Amino acid sequence: MAIPITYNLRNLIVRKTTSIMAALGIALTVAVLLAVMSLVHGLDTSLKATGNPLHVLVLRKGANSELVSGVSREQFQDIKFKPGIARDKAGEPFASLEIVTVINLTSVDAPDGVNVTLRGLNPIGVELRDELKLVNGRWFQPGKREVVVGASIAKRFPGARMGEKIHFGRGDWDVVGVMQAGQSAVNSEIFGDLNQVSSDFNRSEALSSALLRTTDAVSADALVKALQDDQRLNVSSQLETEYYSKQTTAALPIQFLGGLVAVIMAVGSSFAAMNTMYAAVARRSREIGTLRVLGFSRGSILLSFFAESVLLAGVGGLLGCLLVLPLNGLTTGIGNFATFSETSFNLTVSPSIMASGIAFAMLLGAVGGFFPARSAAKREILVALRAV
Amino acid sequence: MDDIVIQTRDLQKEFVRDEFHVIALKDVNIEIHRGEFVALMGPSGSGKSTLLHLIAAMDTVTGGEITVLGENLRKLSDRQIAHWRNEHVGFIFQQFNLIPVLNAIENVELPLKITNLKKQDRIDHARTALELVGLGDRLTHYPRQLSGGQEQRVAIARAIVTDPALILADEPTGNLDAASADEALTLLSRLNKEFGKTVVMVTHDPHAARFASKIYHLEKGELLGQEAAAAD
Repeated sequence: MAIPITYNLRNLIVRKTTSIMAALGIALTVAVLLAVMSLVHGLDTSLKATGNPLHVLVLRKGANSELVSGVSREQFQDIKFKPGIARDKAGEPFASLEIVTVINLTSVDAPDGVNVTLRGLNPIGVELRDELKLVNGRWFQPGKREVVVGASIAKRFPGARMGEKIHFGRGDWDVVGVMQAGQSAVNSEIFGDLNQVSSDFNRSEALSSALLRTTDAVSADALVKALQDDQRLNVSSQLETEYYSKQTTAALPIQFLGGLVAVIMAVGSSFAAMNTMYAAVARRSREIGTLRVLGFSRGSILLSFFAESVLLAGVGGLLGCLLVLPLNGLTTGIGNFATFSETSFNLTVSPSIMASGIAFAMLLGAVGGFFPARSAAKREILVALRAV
Repeated sequence: MDDIVIQTRDLQKEFVRDEFHVIALKDVNIEIHRGEFVALMGPSGSGKSTLLHLIAAMDTVTGGEITVLGENLRKLSDRQIAHWRNEHVGFIFQQFNLIPVLNAIENVELPLKITNLKKQDRIDHARTALELVGLGDRLTHYPRQLSGGQEQRVAIARAIVTDPALILADEPTGNLDAASADEALTLLSRLNKEFGKTVVMVTHDPHAARFASKIYHLEKGELLGQEAAAAD
């Protein structure tokens, strides 16, 4: 049987100052890593929650986002009568021609302004988005300079709240409503009337995309293929869910930088843990010798000091989780390189992310603890006993 | 196995320090029988502690043979020695060497952790050992809460808790006042006489040596001879 873990636990408590310092170093490293992970997870959740698997998004061939896409009204007339598209009660195809552009909004946090996605669409486009709900006010009226803003926009930009006016295009637009669609990226958009928006931006004919609802998943796949294969239309098509999933690459630079910082900090923390454990081994040399005399093997000594380091790091991991927990649910925005606008989302510190953080901390403890533990195990009994 | 517990033949131990060779033990031949209480005496550097460490397999010999409890220690692996020591040898240190973060009963229970005994049995054994040394009312006291004499009695309890055949003590009274030293020596004598334990004790104190039944004298690594001790 191994040396009891209470031995290690109590030793950590006895030298509480050095234990806390080492644990805090690891906690900070874990906190940085978890902050990055919660950001990436939040954005991922937001983008994956956007879209309907029965929806097909049509863009110009070669365009990788709605912002740089172009779909004409003439193309749309051909597209909307393709087989597999669902129809509403009046027998009209569930197809929405939309224009997407960006406008600049300022706030206290961003006095220079932030790009926000503006979407022009007809009422059927609103109807297509099942999850979309009006949480305040009313929907925009066709032919008027009226907009409905996403809940995240209303939250982050005081000038874009209910009753305010936003200036873009050829004049001021009244904010007449606030909409929300679960965790999706729609919360970071502004909706207005298709014709009014396209007219203000001199793009009456050059619109952006078409969103189509299909009757079922098989029809959705068939429609995607049919549109891709149609040489005359010259468009590309994909499931709406796929389109948003691809945009998670927006978090890649932050993921990379955050990861790099976490790795550099991890190396430092690992050395700190190593230093702490080497000091512990030196201080408890006589105890190591005594344990060997009592019959504990070198392996037991190695395991004991290794476990102590992992335990110390595990405590650091827990502290790191506590440090980062207040970020959970915090709304933030990130520049999306696919849409050249900001996507708002909630930071998510999920249990699985916290578990990863603790596992990462324990890995640091294992790396930092192995060599001191090995040095303790290799120590000759008499040398260990003679240490002052 | 006959009743010889410890037997050495031309035992040698040589240390190499920097470029100098130091002979700590030279051709030591000794036989210690079951149930004997032996004191190893001699001035500093005489090799008495070295001999004790070799008997406990805490160090390796450089020449000759040593057999303890029928085992040729030179032939055992590191892991086998650890197991053997736990099962057959109880060791008492001059500086007690209790684990400061464990209380008395946890310290005494420690060697039993290596055995197959269940938790409750381990606790029972440890409590019995502590009661035997007169510390039944100090089970949850930490070493810092005990006097030197009490610490050494806990260490004795730890040494006997596995019921070893051989008890080795390295200057067990070196850090104790006269009264505590007498208590510790009386305990060792009792373990020898009442429980039949073979005790080998290193000491430079003639008073302590008088508790032994046989005294070996060493000087400059050589065994000078033996004498029967006259108990007080």
